[in-house]
Amino acid sequence: MIYRRRASPLHSARAGAGCAYCLALAIATLTLSNPIALAAMALGVLGAGVAAGVGRQLGRAALLGLPVVAAIVLINVLVSHDGLTVIARLGDLPILGHTDITLEATVYGAILGLRAVALILCGILYTLAVDPDEVLRLFRRVSFRSALSATLATRMVPILIRDGRRLAEAQRCRPGPPPSRLTLMRVACTGVLDRALDVAAALEVRGYGVARRPPAYRPPYSRHDLEFLVAAVAIIAVAIAGRVTGWASFIAYPSVHAAGWSALGVAVGLVAVAWLPFADRRGLRR
Amino acid sequence: MSAISLEGVTYTYPSATAPALIDVNLEIAPGELVVVAGGSGSGKSTLLRAISGLVPHFHGGTFAGRVIVAGMDTRRHGPGELAQSVGTLFQDPETQVVTGTVRAELAFGLENRGRTPAAVARGVEETALALAIDHLLDRSTAELSGGELQRTALGAALAGVPEIVVLDEPTSQLDPVAGDELIGLLHRANEDSDATIVLAEHRLERCLGAADRVLALHRGRIVCDASPPEFLRWAAREAPNLQTPGAKLLSCLGIAPVAGVKRARAALRGRGLLPERAADGEAAIGPAGGAADAAGRRRGRRSRSGGGSTPALAFDRVWHELRSGPAILRDVSLSLARGERVALMGRNGAGKSTLLRHAAGLLTPTRGTVTRSGRVALLLQNPTDYLVHEHVADEAPGVALAAVGLHDEAFARRHPRELSGGEKQRLALAVVLGDLADPPAAICLDEPTRGMDRDHKQALAVLLGGLDAAVVVATHDPEFAAAFADRVVLLADGAPIADGAIAEVLAGGSYFATETARILGGAGGALTPADGVALIAARFAPVAAMP
Repeated sequence: MIYRRRASPLHSARAGAGCAYCLALAIATLTLSNPIALAAMALGVLGAGVAAGVGRQLGRAALLGLPVVAAIVLINVLVSHDGLTVIARLGDLPILGHTDITLEATVYGAILGLRAVALILCGILYTLAVDPDEVLRLFRRVSFRSALSATLATRMVPILIRDGRRLAEAQRCRPGPPPSRLTLMRVACTGVLDRALDVAAALEVRGYGVARRPPAYRPPYSRHDLEFLVAAVAIIAVAIAGRVTGWASFIAYPSVHAAGWSALGVAVGLVAVAWLPFADRRGLRR
Repeated sequence: MSAISLEGVTYTYPSATAPALIDVNLEIAPGELVVVAGGSGSGKSTLLRAISGLVPHFHGGTFAGRVIVAGMDTRRHGPGELAQSVGTLFQDPETQVVTGTVRAELAFGLENRGRTPAAVARGVEETALALAIDHLLDRSTAELSGGELQRTALGAALAGVPEIVVLDEPTSQLDPVAGDELIGLLHRANEDSDATIVLAEHRLERCLGAADRVLALHRGRIVCDASPPEFLRWAAREAPNLQTPGAKLLSCLGIAPVAGVKRARAALRGRGLLPERAADGEAAIGPAGGAADAAGRRRGRRSRSGGGSTPALAFDRVWHELRSGPAILRDVSLSLARGERVALMGRNGAGKSTLLRHAAGLLTPTRGTVTRSGRVALLLQNPTDYLVHEHVADEAPGVALAAVGLHDEAFARRHPRELSGGEKQRLALAVVLGDLADPPAAICLDEPTRGMDRDHKQALAVLLGGLDAAVVVATHDPEFAAAFADRVVLLADGAPIADGAIAEVLAGGSYFATETARILGGAGGALTPADGVALIAARFAPVAAMP
């Protein structure tokens, strides 16, 4: 799961615009609690992923997120004693004490889970569609070393994936019973340390340690830069408007109250502004 | 003023018992192209690391003496500061790529030097064009092949044409075409921009023609510092394992050795041992008995394989097509008999490694079939990946360790990571050989000679020659192929374009040919200096006998 350049509007936008867009999606997800609006956010991110050519990876991540949703729901229904509508009485349980499962706790747990999955999707969209090297360039004027450390931490992931594949392939070539998992784990850890040393040496001789503050780099704004920046502002505006006006209101306890048609309007607005920048496919960078 | 100056440098790595460099004194003038020669463990890489400042700043250890690089004393200036003037490339390109795309990688060093965006963009474009990687600029570095990665890492070292360039075996992963191109590029960078280039290399025949000066190291000491012809004369007397094949051919004929194919031909012509045009070599000296003998020896090697009717390994119209991607193998049909020694050659990305993976069953053909008469042992490029235990004795059965010469008690309790490169290669081979009660029908090795010196290559060729199985070696090294194989399969774009006796395939070409074959214009199928001497001796007796 690494960044690859693709001919999509999001990949064509500068890193700053891409970051702003993904950040706006995440902020909207954190701002809203209404299940219709949150589902719209998850749908919006998935749709953006499909339009950016990374839908398969996002879909896989969403499926992997389902156990997370289940876990959050389970934890919430067991630890939350709020809510008026009891749907199951479990009696006295060790550690937890008297436990009633309520509809409200179940719904709220599902909303927390949905929000977690939507946030994960935002992060994955960022990883797959925003160039980490441009991010490094963007932020190093603020803090070169921390930006580089963060970028390199990301870069080590594909290196280690490649190392892991090579190691697994080599083990398949061994005749007889394979080595134990513990042995392989030890070898992998040793390999990671060796790798880190090699990369550190490479950084040293490439001048990282005494990097000079580079002059500002201001390329012209492309149509995609502007469209994603506008979309980012619009997403946050719609989310805040939905929350402030109560159009996307949601109350879980003591009983569930959620805005209906107005929330649907906010949801449609969010999805529309999230997807709109992808409609313009002129001038894509390949 | 010298570009690089070393005064009495002695250096010992932490926890090492012996110094890696001993009392090294050296002056390199600006604009010199210096080749550093020496066997494995002779101190070549340590010398380069001392020039780039990693010794002692990064590695620690005990350092005595003084190294001045571009006017900076490495005791006071670390590798980062030296990087303002020094571009460095080490052996393994995978560990030197630090950004996500080729463009960012080429720009990284320039940006660290504080160049303006326009200068960075120009440096990136010029470097990419010079190295013919402009089509890769927007590719992810995670998707590059070994050869592409090597070029990218080289580009990162050369971008912006630093004052001094330090390269440790830059051609180790490149095919002969790309390797020759790279040396040509370095030569051009040296001539055009007066860059000082220090290059460590095992395959000296590739680079001596472009060098101004050669340093030979042995056990941490400089034992020869001379011009290429003087170095070759010294090597003929003192270090035969450092001789190039061409120099060995000339020495054996009693002619003063020279560097490069063109000069070697001129030397032979000067003695009347080669016709005026290389293409006439076949006609002039080809039919001689020596060539027939050389070819006969190779046929003899091959004939012992011809007995069995069931092939040890057979590919029948094998295709390997990527999902939503190109075909890596196209309709490959090959049959290998037990005892046959096959060199698999071709450019980077031709499909050699994929073919070996199919042989071992790591991949399944999208079309066609692979038939094996027994187990297939596959040794991939990185032997360290096979070594997972704490002691050598735990890695492989005793009989396999004995087969590769590591059965000694001295090896048994050593940690595999403490072994030298050649020893690791042999140990990994023992791992894949496994219990020889069930011997493999075929043994496949992918680029086993990367970074090996001539002695280790010769030892490996002898080792492979003694194995009772079909042996297939993917290699970029025609000299090694000539030493070990009796058949060559040349792959291009996933399909075999030549398949025949080694003398037929390797003698006729230019890139995929040994230096002896290039000097003699392919005459008589002579591939090694011994073949060449025999050929010329038979045609133009008397000449000096081969020692």
